[in-house]
Amino acid sequence: MFRFFLTRLLTFVPTFIGVTLISFAFIRVLPGDPIIVMAGERGLSEARYQELREQFGFDQPLIVQFWDYLTGILHGNLGMSYVTKKPVWDEFFALFPATVELSLCAIVIAICLGIPAGVIAAVNRGKFFDRALMSTALVGYSMPIFWWALLLIIVFSGNLGWTPVSGRIDLLYYFPDATGFMLIDSLLSGQKGAFASAVEHLILPSIVLATIPLAVIARQTRSAMLEVLGEDYIRTARAKGLAPIRVSGLHALRNALIPVVTVIGLSVGVLLAGAILTETIFSWPGIGKWMVDSIYRRDYPVVQGGLLLIAGMVMIVNLIVDLLYGVINPKIRKR
Amino acid sequence: MALLSIRNLSVEFSTAGGPFRAVDGVDVTVDKGEILAIVGESGSGKSVSMMALMGLLPWTARITADEMSFDGTDLRSLTARQRRQVIGRDISMIFQEPMTSLNPCFTAGFQIKETLRQHLKLDRRARHARAIELMEMVGIPDPARRLNAFPHQLSGGMSQRVMIAMALACQPRLLIADEPTTALDVTIQAQILDLLQDLQKSTGMALILITHDMGVVAETAQRVQVQYAGQKVEEQPVRALFETPHHPYTAALLAALPERATERRLPTIPGVVPGQFDRPEGCLFSPRCRFADDICRHRAPPVQPPALGIARCHYPLDTAATEAAR
Repeated sequence: MFRFFLTRLLTFVPTFIGVTLISFAFIRVLPGDPIIVMAGERGLSEARYQELREQFGFDQPLIVQFWDYLTGILHGNLGMSYVTKKPVWDEFFALFPATVELSLCAIVIAICLGIPAGVIAAVNRGKFFDRALMSTALVGYSMPIFWWALLLIIVFSGNLGWTPVSGRIDLLYYFPDATGFMLIDSLLSGQKGAFASAVEHLILPSIVLATIPLAVIARQTRSAMLEVLGEDYIRTARAKGLAPIRVSGLHALRNALIPVVTVIGLSVGVLLAGAILTETIFSWPGIGKWMVDSIYRRDYPVVQGGLLLIAGMVMIVNLIVDLLYGVINPKIRKR
Repeated sequence: MALLSIRNLSVEFSTAGGPFRAVDGVDVTVDKGEILAIVGESGSGKSVSMMALMGLLPWTARITADEMSFDGTDLRSLTARQRRQVIGRDISMIFQEPMTSLNPCFTAGFQIKETLRQHLKLDRRARHARAIELMEMVGIPDPARRLNAFPHQLSGGMSQRVMIAMALACQPRLLIADEPTTALDVTIQAQILDLLQDLQKSTGMALILITHDMGVVAETAQRVQVQYAGQKVEEQPVRALFETPHHPYTAALLAALPERATERRLPTIPGVVPGQFDRPEGCLFSPRCRFADDICRHRAPPVQPPALGIARCHYPLDTAATEAAR
């Protein structure tokens, strides 16, 4: 087990180098100059421009800049934001809880609805529920996120007035960041109505963000279940006189879970990518919005560092998924 | 009164190519503590008829029967929930492929105890004790440790023993063994058959042994029922059947036993069991029968009296004819 863990950690190294290289190259390929952007409409003198170029190290050859960046990372230094002059690391972890809160809610919704839906569809294969569910899933999967988000906002926030349009909590409430998670902080603050307000603000963005993973999980669960339901051990379970819900929900699902967990792990990457759009639409102060803003500002260290940290998160989640395989299926554990 | 009594059981599957009749008017009767063997080639509807009894067929199957009663209870009138209280408790079943019949995600112990929890009111400790007792009963060494073994850590023979332990957990009155030894090595086959016979004797349960191996039948069964293409073609006590088969199909099966062969080349039955699209008119066995004539090919055969083995044949064999057939 430990060796498996270690070899997996080793494969992180080339991935990390790749991600740093791509993010470094990607932001520099974009037209635009961070110094000009920073100067804004007033502009700046040629002398001042050269001075800043030297200060940021843009006068050095690209390869030297990359080397400096790489050695910086190895020292745990992701650089400072050009705009806020704060360390990227600090900014990331100040905003990250908001994204985690949203993504977690979304993935919980996707799992809690997607797995049962897939199981029920598989058990009722070819019947009305199965067909209805799978067509809905296909629609959900192919829907443009920004359009879906705007539609929900118009209907539920605009016309019906059930949910707030944007933000994480009502302006009426103020309390210090204890954990960065609004649901927990609002509870800790003890203010009446704060928690309900936080929940209300979470509903629409979570639904929007959950849509694609939900569709993927439901379809994957269904196909994995269909495969498993024909196995001999399912017949054995039924021959024991077990209730159908136990046969499909325990005996079949446990075996069907491997591909489903894989898809859930991969969804985390999709979620973080989807969070960029969703957070922008709902003005959700998470890393998605932060990344988009920093791309507009050509804030090189923020884009590079942000991408690297997000890639790190995705890799860690998929490592956890790999470890989960063994927990779910003992046959894999032996390897 | 018979423990299990099935009359005129038919099972039809609706397939893309129209309805397919897998079981066609089969009767099965088993007395308490009796060993009945159901014999036939692949596709003769042996397993399907027993799966119909267990309620294990998919919903595409249409099951009809004039009678299907177990110990006086009409199984047809039970709701799905009521039937599940009988299945696994009073009637249990073991299958052909022990390696794939156990769930790979759960330990042997979990799967045995699950049956106990489903049907008996035992607490955790009692279930554990009973599981160990069952493992000992089916001859698994070091049962306390093996309870924690996953199926992939067990051999085929061990897996089948676990399956048997699971089936016997609630002391069933009828055990259906669906080709329990087909997937196993020859030496293990004998062990499992001995075990089943011993357990049948010590518990007094009835045993239905589905097989296509006449050797197994001769060693274990008390009564034999021969099925062909979904129909029962003959039924006799085991010794009488081996001495005087009345249906030409039975006679041909027996003639194909290596022990009975008189020539160097083993006699075979030409052709295969008819499928969905090539069911003959008249007697279903007529295309492969060496005695068949025009009547056989055009008219469904009558069912002969018990003295002639309830054979479904126009011209049932008697001893002299059987001798001639050899």
